[in-house]
Amino acid sequence: MISQLFFAYFAFAIVLLSVLVITRKNPVHSVLWMLLLFFHIASLYLFLNAEFMAAIQIIVYAGGILVLFLFVVLLMNIREELRISKFIGAWPTGFTFAAGLLVVITISVRSFVAGPQGKYTIDLIKKESNIKVLGKLLYTDFLFPFEVASLILLVAIVGAIVLAKKRVKS
Amino acid sequence: MVPLNWYILLSAAVFTIGVFGFLSRRNIIIMFMSIELMLNAVNISLISFSHYLQDMRGQILAFFVIAVAASEAAIGLAIVIALFRNKATAHVDDIHEMHG
Repeated sequence: MISQLFFAYFAFAIVLLSVLVITRKNPVHSVLWMLLLFFHIASLYLFLNAEFMAAIQIIVYAGGILVLFLFVVLLMNIREELRISKFIGAWPTGFTFAAGLLVVITISVRSFVAGPQGKYTIDLIKKESNIKVLGKLLYTDFLFPFEVASLILLVAIVGAIVLAKKRVKS
Repeated sequence: MVPLNWYILLSAAVFTIGVFGFLSRRNIIIMFMSIELMLNAVNISLISFSHYLQDMRGQILAFFVIAVAASEAAIGLAIVIALFRNKATAHVDDIHEMHG
């Protein structure tokens, strides 16, 4: 009962904050609502026994990505942004499409059958701790995808510098 | 115990809100934030599957999703800065000259 109440609060808050993020006119307000949204999502991860993912959610998303967003938002002209209308003229089309997608997903979830249970039971994770289990798996079975992820991050660093640097006049 | 379907429906709701935001806003920053919203929705469902199927692979996949989301945000915002240098607007409909 108490866990369902917790879930109800977090689900309601997450949906409400997502709506607030996409409907604010001022992008700074959007970014700040999104910060609150990420904290709520991190608490939901704690609720699912994923402590490491909750920490990563706060460190990477709230600490890294949102600060990047805030920097870029501060570069642009907010006064002009507040003048023009929020949504495009054809927003009912987008709304219909999104609502149709939600209906399709809701119908297809009804015929969902869970697969076989894995070996990482709660007792095992409690004995070894979540981070240890995750790290062992990441450095053995998923070593190659891990290296590929590091390559992707390297490409992102180099690409961001090349794109954002001022062009040198030759 | 909260059933798995609730988590999937929550994830679907957040995903569709992200889709709606991407389709009907024209501010480039808000469009990026809608993409982040969709990625987060997928992460919620991945981690709930991981918990309910007692398999850590869902969390590993969510880990990679976060890594890709971080690099996507860095590249995308660098492109936005490069666009601002040519044309000081965040409205994607105003950016329609793509020569050089």
